[in-house]
Amino acid sequence: MIEIQHLHKSFGKFQALIDVNLLFEQSHCYALIGPNGSGKTTLIKSILRLVIPNSGVIVIDGKPCGSDPEFRRLIGYMPQNPRFPDSMTIGQIIAMMKDVRGDQQPDEELIKNYHIREMSNKKLGALSGGTKQKVNAALAFLFSPKILILDEPTAGLDPLAAEILKEKILLEKQKGKLILITSHILSDLDELASDLVYMQDGKVLLQQNTAILKMETGESSLTKAVASLMKNHDEPSLISNE
Amino acid sequence: MTVKTGILKWLVSCCICFFTCISHARVIEVSVNAIVQSIASAIQLADHGDTVMVFPGIYREGNLIVNKRISLIGIDHPILDGENKFEIISVTSDSVLIQGFHFIDSGISGTVDFAGLKIYDASHVVVEENILERTFFGIYSQHAKNCIIKNNELQSFGGDELQCGNGIHCWKCDSMQIIHNTVKNHRDGIYFEFVTNSIIWRNVSEQNVRYGLHFMFSNDDTYVANYFHHNGAGVAVMFSNHVSMLGNHFSQNWGDSAYGILLKEISDGFIIGNQFDENTTGIVMEGANRIETKRNLFSSNGHALRIQASCMDIVLENNEFIANIFDVSTNGSLVMNSFHRNFWDKYEGYDLNRNGLGDVPFHPVSLYGMITEKNPPAMMLFGSFFTKLLDRTERVMPGLTPENLVDHEPRMKRFLM
Amino acid sequence: MNKMLKYIIADILRTKVMIGYMVLLFVISFVVFASESNASKGVLTMMSIVLFMVPLVSVLFSAIYLYNSAEFIELMLSQPINRSQVWIGMYTGLGLSLIIAFCVGFGVPMLLFASNHGWVLFVSGIFLTACFSGIGLLASVKVRDKARGIGTVLMIWIFFAIIFDGMVLFLSFQLADYPLEKPMMIMSALNPVDLARIFVLLAMNISALLGYTGAVFNAYLGSGLGRLICATVLLGWCILPYWISLKWFKKKDL
Repeated sequence: MIEIQHLHKSFGKFQALIDVNLLFEQSHCYALIGPNGSGKTTLIKSILRLVIPNSGVIVIDGKPCGSDPEFRRLIGYMPQNPRFPDSMTIGQIIAMMKDVRGDQQPDEELIKNYHIREMSNKKLGALSGGTKQKVNAALAFLFSPKILILDEPTAGLDPLAAEILKEKILLEKQKGKLILITSHILSDLDELASDLVYMQDGKVLLQQNTAILKMETGESSLTKAVASLMKNHDEPSLISNE
Repeated sequence: MTVKTGILKWLVSCCICFFTCISHARVIEVSVNAIVQSIASAIQLADHGDTVMVFPGIYREGNLIVNKRISLIGIDHPILDGENKFEIISVTSDSVLIQGFHFIDSGISGTVDFAGLKIYDASHVVVEENILERTFFGIYSQHAKNCIIKNNELQSFGGDELQCGNGIHCWKCDSMQIIHNTVKNHRDGIYFEFVTNSIIWRNVSEQNVRYGLHFMFSNDDTYVANYFHHNGAGVAVMFSNHVSMLGNHFSQNWGDSAYGILLKEISDGFIIGNQFDENTTGIVMEGANRIETKRNLFSSNGHALRIQASCMDIVLENNEFIANIFDVSTNGSLVMNSFHRNFWDKYEGYDLNRNGLGDVPFHPVSLYGMITEKNPPAMMLFGSFFTKLLDRTERVMPGLTPENLVDHEPRMKRFLM
Repeated sequence: MNKMLKYIIADILRTKVMIGYMVLLFVISFVVFASESNASKGVLTMMSIVLFMVPLVSVLFSAIYLYNSAEFIELMLSQPINRSQVWIGMYTGLGLSLIIAFCVGFGVPMLLFASNHGWVLFVSGIFLTACFSGIGLLASVKVRDKARGIGTVLMIWIFFAIIFDGMVLFLSFQLADYPLEKPMMIMSALNPVDLARIFVLLAMNISALLGYTGAVFNAYLGSGLGRLICATVLLGWCILPYWISLKWFKKKDL
């Protein structure tokens, strides 16, 4: 579904991505982890072409993505720190997104579950971080995209809202969607992720099925599996970093 | 001798007197159908004191010389055609009246000053109600005295300075009266050189190639209520003294070196009650001394007043300065001039004792004005924020503008109507 | 043509700054025109204010708005919309809203009091708004940090409003022995504020009062062709900063 070949990106002298080669397939949920500054967000943004890579090819759904923006129709993106135009209301931004994407059959499940409709007259500038994140999530899932890219999806959400989101992610996965999540909360990923991609210093160190990983390390949870992996690799601890 | 015979004798002598007069002052009529068909022969026939009446028609008689004390009167403006070759009328006698003619097409030359009408060494000549069209010079007087030039309309070709001469040209004259003439498209509208004790009153001088009024070495003359507008370079008054300019209107004299009035080497003059509007420069003073400038209105000029450092004892009182780009500018430090009780629209002071005069002195010379005086291309920055900033700073902390050029009693309100 | 445009304009016109700008301009124009007895003098006074305020507000507002909508741009760019569409939406949105504010704030009093002289200043103000919005875009695309970006934008404004003219004056003194009118005229084309100012002066016939320099001006720029060139260069100033910013934006990493 998404194929990344020899992707390089540097910001000035800083090498953000070094020869990244990855393959993401449908019906899988990939957990993208790594310490701060390891290149996770840069990778995601490269896929969306918000960051223009220095070299390398990204093929989505069989088509190499370039300046033609149509490939983004396949993607629902939930950015890390959502900020919307302050003077717009929730209702307006949802209407605007529908307008921008064109008349697809919208999936309003999250809107319903988060009771967003009831708040549709509220100004986005006046919302709490959590509520904004709810709107953010609802927008990403609104057009039932084939690919979902979620950058820290549960950050700022209360446990109940986070649970609703996780259920939604699982549901979409079952529908055959490709899901790419970055998160620092590994316990969340435990329930969702089918595969794990570990990045550090711009390089992909590991891409592995989580079940196999747990088996190899002999740990029962993903958190512990990753921790033991770190130890074996003699790398600084991922968890203490956060 | 009785009273009766006395009265009778007086009556008889009166009658004799009367009849001799009548018989002497004949009227000679000139027209195409009359016995006398040319003006030249009519003048030939005429004697001193006669009147020659010219009826409508076109008269092509080359140069007419009027050498007798006669009245030459045109009825309904008969046309005198100079055929682009001749000076049309030359007056060489005193006490001549030339009235009501239409002069056209005098000769044009680079060497001879052809005129529509020229007065040579004569006095008490009256030239009135004539129309002059396409003449090289219009009405030209030399060594004339006590002449009146009145109600004439003069128009030439315009174009460049070589193609046309001056409208009303006076050279070495005295006690002239130039009244209510209209001069248009000449080189200089009215030209005075070595003319004394004369008055120029209610003339309109417009669209002349060079000056509306050009005036040199002429003392004790007075200009009243004239209107000079759209002239190539405005009005120049030079090398003269005791000149009064009262109630004139100088307007829209635009151009790179145009001004309302140029005063060059002028002393003891009065400039009172005039109006200057929309001129590139209202008044330029160079080497002027003892000029009283009072109750004039300067509005919407580029520079209202430029006083060169060579001027002394200029009195500037009770004038109004409205909407000029620069009110006063100078090229050096001025001394011995007095500025009082003028109204400056740029004044921002206050009047605590309510006597109508501002309590803070006004410095009419702006820093930017001084800069452009030294460096004319800087004019390009006019209206920019930078120049405003310069002027503001200078106004708060004066340092560069002449400190003795100051009005200590600026008026708070306009007062001239 | 551009779905974003209406949202951007609606968003900008709702901001308090924009309403404040409009009201301020309106009050100033109204007071100036009403208090000046002579309409053309009123236009001259307004010229100083417009040439000062319009570039400042346009460049500052555009830059700040862009910094504040970085996430919104990101949101838009994660939709099937291409970059030039977003950017032209931003430019036209900013430009149009600022122009609308200017039209109401300055245009209405101008029509009431000085409709014969004021229109040139009105047109110049619109040109300047567009041009400085473009410059705001340019700065915000190049400088990533908001505080530094605002600083940059202010420096650009100070340069065009003050320093440039200071430099011209300095040069004219240094080279006073040469005929400078024409080189200075060409130099003024490098500054949109100067160009707008000259455009207004020419149309108001003020140049006739400026002596020799004014005469040279009028001879070169006062003709129909001169005015056309003036307007073309101004138009160029409206397009060029935007065009460069678009090139940069297409390559920018968000």
